[in-house]
Amino acid sequence: MYNKGTIIPGLVIFIVFVTFPLWYNGLNAGTVPKPDLPIGQKECVAPAAEMRDNHMKLLNEWRDAVLREDDRVMVKVGGKEYRKGLQMACMQCHNDKEKFCDSCHTYAAVQPTCWDCHLTPKEAASKKETH
Amino acid sequence: MKYAFSFLAVIALILIAGVGSQIAGMPYFFGVFVPYVAIAVFLVGFVYRVVQWAKSPVPFSIQTTCGQGKSLEFIKHNRLEAPDTTAEVVARMLLEIFTFRSLFRNTKSEIYDGPKITYESSKWLWLFGIVFHYSFLIVVIRHMRLFLNPVPEVVAFLDWADSMFEIGTPSMYMTTAGLIAGAALLFSRRLVNRHVRYISLANDYFPLVLIFAIGVTGALMRHFLRDGIDIVAIKQLAVGLVTFHPVIDGEIGAIFYIHVFLVASLLVYFPFSKLMHLGGVFLSPTRNMKNNSRAVRHTNPWNPDIKPHSYAGYEDEFREFMVDAGIPVEKELPAQKDEA
Repeated sequence: MYNKGTIIPGLVIFIVFVTFPLWYNGLNAGTVPKPDLPIGQKECVAPAAEMRDNHMKLLNEWRDAVLREDDRVMVKVGGKEYRKGLQMACMQCHNDKEKFCDSCHTYAAVQPTCWDCHLTPKEAASKKETH
Repeated sequence: MKYAFSFLAVIALILIAGVGSQIAGMPYFFGVFVPYVAIAVFLVGFVYRVVQWAKSPVPFSIQTTCGQGKSLEFIKHNRLEAPDTTAEVVARMLLEIFTFRSLFRNTKSEIYDGPKITYESSKWLWLFGIVFHYSFLIVVIRHMRLFLNPVPEVVAFLDWADSMFEIGTPSMYMTTAGLIAGAALLFSRRLVNRHVRYISLANDYFPLVLIFAIGVTGALMRHFLRDGIDIVAIKQLAVGLVTFHPVIDGEIGAIFYIHVFLVASLLVYFPFSKLMHLGGVFLSPTRNMKNNSRAVRHTNPWNPDIKPHSYAGYEDEFREFMVDAGIPVEKELPAQKDEA
């Protein structure tokens, strides 16, 4: 083999680069997030599996319906009625952003834009106190 | 019909994964076994190919010279186009690797009535190539969010920057569009340009169709066929693979297995195809040699070891025979003792 001095370091760099997740994780997969489910409420607007896969689409549709088409209707979930919206419906049951939303979003590095406008229940509570 | 074959091959791969992954027990085959085999073949095959290249001697000094080589002091040396030192070679190589400088010189030739031939710069190849390759690079780095736990800031930032237009939810990545468009444009270039079409083979079309299908299945999975695409279950599997404890938790949609199977096919195909230009770009003697053949003698490493043989030595060896044959010699034979 010619040019061992460059070929071998080059190949080593390549292999380290390709197998980078191995070194970074150190064979430790970490914990899989377990979002805190609401207490008392067993039903949601759609079955859990569908919500897991498609909640972001639903939220986007709701945003468009409420804000752009002025269509804030009532949503009925498990016998209770809510006004359509993230804070008015979803977060009535899923009332802890950090323990529900963030657990998976942090794991998968998803940065939803919800909180650019919305307040988390915690923030909303602190605002009420000051005003 | 070479391109039709490529489409058929990719459709076959899609069907194998799409149907196969729906059979009970097969998700482990497509989600765990196939990726492991693919990455192993990729790494071993890649190293094997590079070692084979490194074993091949370079008999001649064959750099492509695109400018004035180093000469007398008053002749301006073009340091990038005819590099003379290692630093200049490195600079030329970096520009080639990061900006595809040689593609920038692509020309097209056309014959007009007369007959008259014209040459003109054609930058499309460079443009499509650079869009395609950089999109692909960013797509690969972005995917690290599914393999690394916790996700590094750099990857999260790249993810954010790539989707900064916030089109739809989940928001569209610019590089997804770049990758798909790049592959489609490079493919159509092979069909539209007669010269390139004439020299294109199935192994030119196949990787483009395969990468196009990878991009499309990825986009479908993210934006349209979301049923069964639970990102936490997918990340659990991906992180599981790289920590050697793969888990498939719940049912993952067929589109995911199709995507993974196509990527696995690409990885297996990679070392045995033109895609090895990933490693080859570093090893091309026309780029990585110094343009110093006037200053330094290039020795072919496979030359046999021939010792120099001067005339004086030759005469020393054959003097007796030469004298016997009456051939004039420069140095006479030593005087014979018995004659004295």
